Amino acid sequence: MNLTLFLLFPLATAIAILLASGLKQIRVIALIGSLLQLALGGKLLMAYYEQRAAGNQSQMLFEYVQKWYGPLNLQYHIGVDGISIAMILLTAFVVVAGILVSWETEHLSKEFFFLLVLLSLGAYGFFISLDVFTMFFFLEVAVIPKFLLIGIWGSGKKEYSAMKLALMLMGGSALILVGMLGIYFSSKTAAGAHSFDLLELAKMNIPLARQMLFFPFAFIGFGIFTAIFPFHTWVPDGHASAPTAASMFLAGISMKLGGYGCLRVATYLMPDAAQAYAWVIILLATIAIIYGAFATMMQTDLKYINAYSSISHCGFVLLGIGMLTQTSINGAVMQMVSHGLMTALFFAAIGMVYSRTHTRMVAQLGGLLKIMPFISTVFVIAGLCSLGLPGFSGFAAEMTVFMGSWQNPDKWYRLATILACASIVVTAVYILRAAGKSIMGPLGSESYQNLTDAKWYEKSAAILLIAGILVVGMAPFWLINLIQPGTEFIMNKLAMVAPGI
Amino acid sequence: MSQTLQIALIPLLPLACFLVLGLFGRKHLSSSAGVIGTLSLLVSTLLSLQTAYQYFFVSGKVNGVFQKLVVFQYNWLEFAPDLSINIGLMIDPITVMMLVVVSFVSLMVHLFSLGYMKGEERFATYFAFLSLFTFSMLGLVLSSNIFQIYLFWELVGVSSFLLIGFYFEKPSAVAAAKKAFIVTRFADLGFLIGILTLAFYTKTLDFGLLIERLSTASPYLSDINAASFMGISALSWGLILVFIGGAGKSAMFPLHIWLPDAMEGPTPVSALIHAATMVVAGVFLVARLFPVFALSDPEALKLVMYTGVFSAFFAAVIACTQTDIKRVLAYSTMSQIGYMMFALGVSKYGGEDGLGYMGSMFHLFTHAFFKSLLFLGAGAVIHMVHSNEMKDMGGLRKLMPITHISFLIACLAIAGVPPFSGFFSKEEILMAAFESNRFIYGVALLTSGLTAFYMFRLYYNIFWSKPAELHGHHHGEGTLTMKIPLILLAVLAVVAGFVPIAQWVTSDGLPIESHVPITFSILPVSLALGGILLATRMFKTQTELPTRIAQQMGGIYKAAYHKFYIDEVYLFVTKKILFNLIGKPAAWFDKNIVDGLMNLLGKITAKLSELIKGIQSGKVQDYALYFFGGIAGLVLVFIYLWK
Repeated sequence: MNLTLFLLFPLATAIAILLASGLKQIRVIALIGSLLQLALGGKLLMAYYEQRAAGNQSQMLFEYVQKWYGPLNLQYHIGVDGISIAMILLTAFVVVAGILVSWETEHLSKEFFFLLVLLSLGAYGFFISLDVFTMFFFLEVAVIPKFLLIGIWGSGKKEYSAMKLALMLMGGSALILVGMLGIYFSSKTAAGAHSFDLLELAKMNIPLARQMLFFPFAFIGFGIFTAIFPFHTWVPDGHASAPTAASMFLAGISMKLGGYGCLRVATYLMPDAAQAYAWVIILLATIAIIYGAFATMMQTDLKYINAYSSISHCGFVLLGIGMLTQTSINGAVMQMVSHGLMTALFFAAIGMVYSRTHTRMVAQLGGLLKIMPFISTVFVIAGLCSLGLPGFSGFAAEMTVFMGSWQNPDKWYRLATILACASIVVTAVYILRAAGKSIMGPLGSESYQNLTDAKWYEKSAAILLIAGILVVGMAPFWLINLIQPGTEFIMNKLAMVAPGI
Repeated sequence: MSQTLQIALIPLLPLACFLVLGLFGRKHLSSSAGVIGTLSLLVSTLLSLQTAYQYFFVSGKVNGVFQKLVVFQYNWLEFAPDLSINIGLMIDPITVMMLVVVSFVSLMVHLFSLGYMKGEERFATYFAFLSLFTFSMLGLVLSSNIFQIYLFWELVGVSSFLLIGFYFEKPSAVAAAKKAFIVTRFADLGFLIGILTLAFYTKTLDFGLLIERLSTASPYLSDINAASFMGISALSWGLILVFIGGAGKSAMFPLHIWLPDAMEGPTPVSALIHAATMVVAGVFLVARLFPVFALSDPEALKLVMYTGVFSAFFAAVIACTQTDIKRVLAYSTMSQIGYMMFALGVSKYGGEDGLGYMGSMFHLFTHAFFKSLLFLGAGAVIHMVHSNEMKDMGGLRKLMPITHISFLIACLAIAGVPPFSGFFSKEEILMAAFESNRFIYGVALLTSGLTAFYMFRLYYNIFWSKPAELHGHHHGEGTLTMKIPLILLAVLAVVAGFVPIAQWVTSDGLPIESHVPITFSILPVSLALGGILLATRMFKTQTELPTRIAQQMGGIYKAAYHKFYIDEVYLFVTKKILFNLIGKPAAWFDKNIVDGLMNLLGKITAKLSELIKGIQSGKVQDYALYFFGGIAGLVLVFIYLWK
């Protein structure tokens, strides 16, 4: 299986979009392109199973290495394990759904779809890269389109939000860069050169002092992408101003780049520092979870509600990573997948409501279930998934994080786990408040009487994401089996931590 | 049919029904949805009865002891090699009993709903939700794994939410649904942390292993007893936390506040969820873990006892003052569940000492029938008068003879008058209490007198009191499908007491002989009769007496009428503390301090750039250029200056 196809497909789609004319052509091309990506993702999963079934135990599969700048030892090194495959599949799902909900984007449609596809290219590139520099490159590729998507197609105070988002993420990138260069210059290959190669680096032990110095840069840098407290404030404004598809990409894919980076680069390459700083990570994660949940409770705009709840939910990812047990790290990865699907679905539902009622204020909505049963049901499903109902993905992921966190017997960590568990009660409060007022209850306005339910493309997008949520939620064993081998390597590396730290 | 398939079909049929009705009901099956739901439940009920027959009479016993049989297990989610959620099917005496109760009551409620919900716009959705609930509840009682029970526990909670909020356009229904879900969720938090604690020390989530490791001397047991927090052992913490979860679902004080409000849902729903099935889940949970409670941690069991007995008495007092007939029934449910709880609390493990356990399960069994009958009867009444308030009722006995008689039977049963079913189960509980703790016995006796009083207050106010005054729009007693369940349940309310539960459902799986002497029954029965007589005196005909007594009681009456202001306390905690003291400051802090800092950073940068305006072109491309220039600079720094 040639992983470079994950770059070529979006690239070809992007070029085709540039050559096409008219919304009708463009969106069909974009949809076909995204469906091909999804199919490719499915094929990758099958190929992965084949390899594993054939007894291939190596950490990364389908590896390919090509030097692209010899003097600095920069490589185009790609390969995947179960964790990356889970992320790639997530990306593919969200991309298809995002393109479907943007079906009627009239304004500058060519540029809009082009940027969406470009963003997906960045995400795929990031997830397949095994070279830290290449990863960084793709991370940046994924940032710029977000700025434009919000700035041009957004709503409300979009210029402010777009700038804020771009600057904060750029700030994150700058921190990552420092961390990354720190790792690079602390490394020494057999040939005596420095290296960005993830697998090479994993074999070395970076000196403790260097780890302690650079881990915070790398972790906080990636953490900003996944809304680590207190660098989360780009999330609410960014989401609120973004067009629906951009919100979906942002929460569904972009925030996952951060979590993945925290795990794959910061924690995996600097395990001693990860142990030493675990308490900080857990502290920040717990604050994000609880404080995010309480802040959500006070929001009145549906998009702000989902954005703040994302801060809380992404806190689980960081908590799982910080707890450093295999179960909790499995949980963190599951939570990334789950949150990606669920929050994309939630934003899609909010977008559908907004495009009809032209308001996102909870107080002005009401009784939508009667007028648009399909959209309302989608909304409720997204809400129930968010509050961790069994059968949907959120439950399996959160419970794995809790169970894994509890395995860490330190009493302060226990307290953090209890607080994290408590947040699911607060989640229930804000989800039910939002749904109870906007979906249930008396009709918000007489003018809603004439609104129509979801169109076919909206339905398809929702059904696709719900299917993903249900597959993870009903059969979590396949996801955990997929990611387990990947997390095992990370655990092995963590287990080699020098004693006394 | 293999046993596994037979048992698996019991919950799977309602699940299939939910999927079919949920997906296609609205468009294609809007008229036949009720019949489909009822038929699938009928099959489930027959399978449950068949399972019960096989288990109790054919294959359940090994060496004369009823066994826990795990007939199916699938590794659903593996947290760690020894900790996984195995979705399984486990049957033992309490599960088998619950299967029969749940499927039968659900069938009755389905039948009743055919008439009651007729003409409802979301008829199919209603039956889909009923099926979802039934599936979840059956899955709950069949759970073989403590995490599996938690999983179904949550599903039960959400189906209850959907059903209470069925009339979603009514703000009060939405509020009640939310309240029910959030209060029980809060309690479930205890359950979850309890599971985490127990699992951490026992290294298993499997019920069989967990109970074995914690109820017999084992390294796991000494570990969990050795660990302590705030002077309480980890085992006690685990059990108490799990019990908090159970208390939430079973509406025990002080987590009961959701139950009366839950009456906003359609009345048949109350009969199913809030009388016979979901609300006894907490009792079921304690019963499931009973060996651990009784053998390893009697102190935690004491908590169960006190919570139960207090709830029983507290709710009975409130029930005497309520005027909404469904709320009276709700408090009465809470009171009766309190009985089941303290019966477990006073019980010990094994043989005759396990009388309380047996009594509790017996009462659960009989209560399910007469209480769902009471609710369905109330539903028929409400269907007729279009009101829940006693003041709109009275003199209905001639207009609805079947409802009247069946309601009377249920009242006699719950009051504990022989030979109705409630008498037998209550006797066992009182006997167990008498043998173990006289104080509990005294309170229980008092409560049973109160029960008789408030039930007959309800009865007379509905069916006697004053001549019926209906305003022309009455449509008889309802359809045949509404009458059949009333009759069937009335029959059971009479005969369920003769079912030899003591032979089947005991703490250790060995049959026991119930031995309540006739002299023991004199006191409770005369108290019950006294309560009935008092109610007859006060409410049979409309007099000034009740108002006068209420006035004389003054503060106490008022406090009971306002449910002892527990709701207000909660409101204060949530509104004032959670929202105003935590939520609002958090949101403010985020908007002004955290974000303010970010913006300040931005402003400082902007000011700085004012100073170096020359290079600020305002073009993003230029910024990107500088940015990458910076990267290049850093790279150079690292290459040349870093050694």
